[in-house]
Amino acid sequence: MTRTTGRRLPWARTVFWLYVATLMLPLLWMFGMSIRPNEDILGSFSLVPQRVTFDNYVTFFTDSSWYSSYLNSIVYTSLNAVMSLIVALPAAYAFSRFRFAGDKHLFFWLLTNRMAPPAVFLLPFFQIYQSVGLFDTHLGVAIAHMLFNVPLAVWILEGFMSGIPREIDETAAIDGYSLPRFFVRIFLPMIRSAIGVTAFFCFMFSWVELLIARTITSVNAKPIAATMTRTVSAAGVDWGLLAAAGVLTIVPGAIVIWFVRNYIAKGFALGRV
Amino acid sequence: MSEQSTGAVQADEPRPALKRKDNRAWWLVLPVVVSVAFTAVIPLMTVVNFSVQDVFSPVDRVFVGLEWFRSISRDPEVRAALVRTLLFSAQVLLLEIPLGVALAVVMPRRGLGVSVALVLVALPLLIPWNVVGTIWQIFARGDIGLGGWTINNVLGVNFNYTLDSTDAWITVLLMDVWHWTPLVALLAYAGLRSIPEPYFQAAQIDAASAWATFRHIQLPRLRGVLTIAVLLRFMDSFMIYTEPFVVTGGGPGNATSFLSILLSKIAVGQFDVGPAAAFSLLYFLLVQILCYVFFTVLTRSGR
Repeated sequence: MTRTTGRRLPWARTVFWLYVATLMLPLLWMFGMSIRPNEDILGSFSLVPQRVTFDNYVTFFTDSSWYSSYLNSIVYTSLNAVMSLIVALPAAYAFSRFRFAGDKHLFFWLLTNRMAPPAVFLLPFFQIYQSVGLFDTHLGVAIAHMLFNVPLAVWILEGFMSGIPREIDETAAIDGYSLPRFFVRIFLPMIRSAIGVTAFFCFMFSWVELLIARTITSVNAKPIAATMTRTVSAAGVDWGLLAAAGVLTIVPGAIVIWFVRNYIAKGFALGRV
Repeated sequence: MSEQSTGAVQADEPRPALKRKDNRAWWLVLPVVVSVAFTAVIPLMTVVNFSVQDVFSPVDRVFVGLEWFRSISRDPEVRAALVRTLLFSAQVLLLEIPLGVALAVVMPRRGLGVSVALVLVALPLLIPWNVVGTIWQIFARGDIGLGGWTINNVLGVNFNYTLDSTDAWITVLLMDVWHWTPLVALLAYAGLRSIPEPYFQAAQIDAASAWATFRHIQLPRLRGVLTIAVLLRFMDSFMIYTEPFVVTGGGPGNATSFLSILLSKIAVGQFDVGPAAAFSLLYFLLVQILCYVFFTVLTRSGR
């Protein structure tokens, strides 16, 4: 009876899955490379691997410079998502519920920070993070990535929160809820999906960023993406290992999106986003 | 209909009667202001400081006023890179926005297909940018990459992105379409899902065609999400660095040398801190102006 689909074109399904198949081709090709020995990759072109080997993956998980940088990325990315959400939630609430001196200017100014070309900040970042002792720490990278994630988080959350009627706040106030208690007990559960979507975007943009993360780290907090830029040795590029690492960098993101998939489908419907 | 479609973006419209004026709200935004001040304002001030000086060494520096701004804005190499970057962003927007919306329209809406589709479509977004570069560096190679090999041997067209400027440009553009169309599709999909069912029932009663339904019901309701999509895609394509750097390194020649690639060449390669800082500030200002124009045009059109 209820169709939430609107009108469906007859060939929609076919077109969509064809597109997805095309989308997957470069990824499958990389996966194919990751299970071949290097001689086969460079030796001749073949659609299907002639010899299958998991040596590249074994190398990845036994060499500490590889797996520890993988863990580094996961740690600072998660830390960044949590910190961005904690500072962005009250701010987004303020923007969606109150008028205050300079609110519009402040909102636009926040957004402009999302527009800063990362290359602008490389040199000062290097100097500042070294002088305050945050250089080469997970916390340092997490803070640096707040540069682009906090404005985005405020932007998305504000959109969601504006979609929730203000009467709810007022009713809660009449019932004797203080603002912090209302916020934590009633409001946050209502915007669960918004938080899920925002966390996903924060995770995504922090996980994929290389330039800043590489600039302010050296060993202890070095991101996996930076380790991958150093596979060139005397014997040339180790394509197989590079491809294996590439495949593994997709895994955490795929897990995160699996968890928030329903929020993405339904979540945006709440607010103006 | 026009009343309906303006109602669709109700959240965009000011509701001053309901919004309370309370300056204590500043306490709520304080954490954001502090964190952004640390990550953005202090570094920006450092850049401003560099941009007006000629730095020979940390102790030996001369104030040069606006000299660097003048020389950078007249530099033919910078101007050529600016034209290339503008052209690239324009092509990115023209390809990715319609393609993303089309993809959202044909995406499954029910059942297990939804989850699988969402995860698969979002995958390219979750790959570190230099890995995206690496994937395409391999994929587009004529000898060992599926894409390049197919073009060379099946289609019979000579394709080599390391030697030919056009091929390099096409490779970088295709990579960006592959990488970022999913973002537009996800936003548009979420926007489509928020359209109330009665709209479609009304369209069905009127026996509206699929195109008419899309044009008059779906598209107007997508304006909010598309504004975000256009802005995000513009900002990020205008600042693109890592992916083309990995694939082409800006070459062959200067064919894919975008503003950011040129900037980091001046800043890190030649270590010309003063000109690089002036370049950064002009670059930043330009992104902001263009975003403001986009934002204004997109939020006013259709009102």
